Amino acid sequence: MKFLPTSDTDRTEMLAAIGVSSVDDLFAVIPASVRIPPDLPPPMSEIEIRRYLGGLAAKNRHARDTAFFLGAGVYNHYVSSIADQMLYRAEWLTSYTPYQPEVSQGTLQSIFEFQTHICLLTGMDVANASLYEGASALVEALLMSERLVRGRRRAVLSAGIHPEYRETVRTYFQNLGLDVVEVPLGPDGATDAAALAAAADGSTFAVAVQSPNFRGVIEDWKAGVDAAHASGAMSIAVVAEAVSLALLAPPGEAGADIACGEAQSLGVPMHNGGPLLGFLACRTAHQRQIPGRLVGETRDAQGRRAFCLTLSTREQHIRREKATSNICTNQGLMALASNIHMSLLGKKGMREVAVQSHAKAEYCKARIAQVPGYRLPDSRPTFNEFAVAAPVAAAPLLDRLAARGILGGVPLSRWDPANSAEFLVAVTEMNTREEIDRLAAALGESS
Amino acid sequence: MNPDDLHYTQSHEWVRIDGDIGTIGITEHAQKELGEIVYLEMPEVGHVYNADEEFGTVESVKAVSELFIPISGEVVEVNKAAVAEPGIVNDDPFGDGWLVKVKVTTDDEIRKLMTAEQYAEYVQAEEQEK
Amino acid sequence: MSVDLETDLAASKEALGDTLHPEPRHEPLVFERSGAGKVGYSLPPLDVPAASAIPAALLRGEIEGETEISEVEVARHFTRLSRLNFSIDENLYPLGSCTMKHNPRTNEEMARLPGFAASHPLAPESVSQGTLELAWSLEQVLRELTGLSRVTLQPSAGAQGELAGMLMVRAALTRSGNPRRTVLIPDSAHGTNPASAHFAGYKVQELKSNARGTLDLHVLEEAMTEDVAGLMLTVPNTLGIFEDQILEIAKIVHARGGYLYCDGANFNSFVGVAKPGAMGIDVMHMNLHKTFSTPHGGGGPGSGPVAVVERLVPFLPRPTIERRPDGTFTLDFDRPESIGRLRTFLGNYGMFVRALAYIAAYGNRIGEVARGAVLNANYIRAGLAGFYHLKYDAPTMHEVVFSDKKQAEHGVHNGDIGKRLMDYGFHPPTISFPLIVHGAMMIEPTETEGKTGLDAFVAAMRAIAAEVESDPQIVLAAPHTTPVRRVDEVGAARNLVLRWKPSAV
Repeated sequence: MKFLPTSDTDRTEMLAAIGVSSVDDLFAVIPASVRIPPDLPPPMSEIEIRRYLGGLAAKNRHARDTAFFLGAGVYNHYVSSIADQMLYRAEWLTSYTPYQPEVSQGTLQSIFEFQTHICLLTGMDVANASLYEGASALVEALLMSERLVRGRRRAVLSAGIHPEYRETVRTYFQNLGLDVVEVPLGPDGATDAAALAAAADGSTFAVAVQSPNFRGVIEDWKAGVDAAHASGAMSIAVVAEAVSLALLAPPGEAGADIACGEAQSLGVPMHNGGPLLGFLACRTAHQRQIPGRLVGETRDAQGRRAFCLTLSTREQHIRREKATSNICTNQGLMALASNIHMSLLGKKGMREVAVQSHAKAEYCKARIAQVPGYRLPDSRPTFNEFAVAAPVAAAPLLDRLAARGILGGVPLSRWDPANSAEFLVAVTEMNTREEIDRLAAALGESS
Repeated sequence: MNPDDLHYTQSHEWVRIDGDIGTIGITEHAQKELGEIVYLEMPEVGHVYNADEEFGTVESVKAVSELFIPISGEVVEVNKAAVAEPGIVNDDPFGDGWLVKVKVTTDDEIRKLMTAEQYAEYVQAEEQEK
Repeated sequence: MSVDLETDLAASKEALGDTLHPEPRHEPLVFERSGAGKVGYSLPPLDVPAASAIPAALLRGEIEGETEISEVEVARHFTRLSRLNFSIDENLYPLGSCTMKHNPRTNEEMARLPGFAASHPLAPESVSQGTLELAWSLEQVLRELTGLSRVTLQPSAGAQGELAGMLMVRAALTRSGNPRRTVLIPDSAHGTNPASAHFAGYKVQELKSNARGTLDLHVLEEAMTEDVAGLMLTVPNTLGIFEDQILEIAKIVHARGGYLYCDGANFNSFVGVAKPGAMGIDVMHMNLHKTFSTPHGGGGPGSGPVAVVERLVPFLPRPTIERRPDGTFTLDFDRPESIGRLRTFLGNYGMFVRALAYIAAYGNRIGEVARGAVLNANYIRAGLAGFYHLKYDAPTMHEVVFSDKKQAEHGVHNGDIGKRLMDYGFHPPTISFPLIVHGAMMIEPTETEGKTGLDAFVAAMRAIAAEVESDPQIVLAAPHTTPVRRVDEVGAARNLVLRWKPSAV
């Protein structure tokens, strides 16, 4: 077995040193009745593994072999070759949480840089070292708000928040005595500001709004912030397509208390939905309640700049059942990938990716609007994703497109079975005009 | 090393009674166990506690410890200097590193606390369990 | 022409400063390498009309402080930073409980195949059969290894798996009429256990370990009332000790209608040797990044699948992955008793690819993982016995917990010993955990370490023990050879600096 470096002679010597006659003796403590070997096939060689998994991979259609317009929380943006190749370095790949700062300055400094990028993009003061993904980031933001606004039990969520984020919140809340009120979207596709203000009251600990929202519509952060602050609640800004942060007014500018969500589109491949890259940023005043890992700048014994994990007393390994969260790992390698990606694109590149994505989405909207029978139901401005109402059931329509090499969108019936006509189309800098034209033509022919 | 004029708890707080004012802090043993203190979470002045209630936390880099109030009373003062520079608690836990002052309502509770001698024995017994 | 070479060299040394010393010690922040006009990306020209349909009030200005930097500098920056990290590929990384073992590289390439890495979780099932089949296949092998009925792959990491497991327990008890109020957790448990039980709505009752470091059956009998939802037990526990009375423990918990939760963080010590399902375990999470060697990546991503017995199956997170009679695969969302979902999509899919590749490489010989890990830990134990104090001397599985009791008499503590190990070229063990061992040093060598490496580690630990007696100062001031010397964590916590700021802000 090529991952095991112990020779037969070594094993004999080691057993003698331990004072047992066989490795089996070391397992005598496990009751014999439960020592059952697994019924698995014989070991595979590397060649066979590549054949086996390569065969499974080949059964899928994906962003590199189709005209690709899928989004709804995971986006197909370009990641420079160097960002991924850097992840292969053993020093990044095969190290762990930087508990020992003297031998982990690389990871620590990279996290510190990641925290800074997130602050610059969101306009917030402090960001953590990353969280699992967008939905659990929203959960953590809500729980953090509840700790800061003691004694209130209700969260107000815009229905424009990703449906799987909202479902995750309900899963987490079900036994904590916390409840959720959802404020519907208006006919223009944006959260109804008046309904939002009316829903937030003295029992509300947080008001959360997503922009661009799940239908791609750009929300005005102000509506959520005002509703929250008028009722003494925390305001949470949710971002599921983080590229938008380079073009749209950041939540920090609008006065949000917490910004959180999904940063996959800033340097992480789609990975069939995971690993992704959750983020959470807040105001200095609330930094002691921020969940997850944090890296701080300090000095070493010789007075040189150094970094280390800090405020770890909030975490589960010290606080146990009183911890701010049960999370242990962050998304280390994905945060590194994102740091590299954001550093490469920088001030101008992140903006240009956002501008191109938006312009192509606008072109795509215009083309689809010209296809007979198709409608764009939302009148409000969108960023790079938008809802389309088809003249026929959307899911089978998109299946027919897939057979023609076009992954044309995500049917909303997945989350709302009653909504059979609508689907979401996402456009990024990766889409060419020719692909967009092909999508529009195919929609016309398939309906 | 534990001053004789103080009363001690099993959770390593002390209280000094001066008229109707009780000054509360953590012991030398407690600060040593915690290591260098980096943060104190203290109550608001005016808050009223019953004995044994949690009134704050003290944090070092690797540990956090809840603080339990030895006697009932209303908080009349918080040691702002210690909040600003928690290292004071390490340097002088029985003096400048005090935490809060409360207005005492009853003497009964004091009698249940340990003397310096009893506390020293208690700490020794705790150490041996390690 | 005459050139004064000496003077030139001296001048250039001064001008170049640190760059004449290739040893990577101080790398500026990426933001400090930025300079107006530099670019690190290229994009095709826009092939559609420029358009903005967004009102000015919803737009931002320039991202103040963001970088302008070339690809070359990014390559150097991250290469230099990487060299400040210790890694498994460098040497033994005995961080107890974290299972720092070799990460097979072919698995990395497999996870990056476009059919996985460029696939989208919401693509039609007709073009996602490969991704679904892979996830389904991973569930099948994890079922076989655990001896349990079904597995959800959704949880993002072990801690989320714990929460999923306890939510399922709660849902099952609620359906039978009473969710109960308390969860029992031994005092040796990982901190995530009590935190997860709390987020599932339970009070935590801590059980004191006995003098052997295991769970006391009398203590359990007494605590296990009909108000207790279950016991969260780490097997083997965090002292590396297998609960040899596991069958009796399960019996007691089940007799009162409770569930036995297994924290499978240490599954690597008996995977392929014994089956948790046969032990009476009802629900168990696994850490793919521990037992199944998906890379730790400087702190994640993890992945925490949860295996359950038949009676917990209705409560699994949504969706499950099903194989139809015709051999095709589909997602089943129609699970009315499901606890819901813990995150978006199917989970950390990229980790599924790596874990399945890893399991395939071992196949029916996967027990060798456990056998190697246990052999190595026992060898280290034999090598260090007498040099370091061993509070609990019950048989060791995959990790061994020593304490600094002997060294503390000389004023040297576990943290200092860990720092000194860095000078000998090793990563420190896990320090100060489990909490029930004062001055703990938790050592887990894993199966991917050979005798030579183990001997070197034992020699280093013995040398440090000798230094503690002869020259404690050298240990107290350690490390001496690392990129930075001892880092001021107290200063970091007292004066929080959590980001870089552009000078204008």
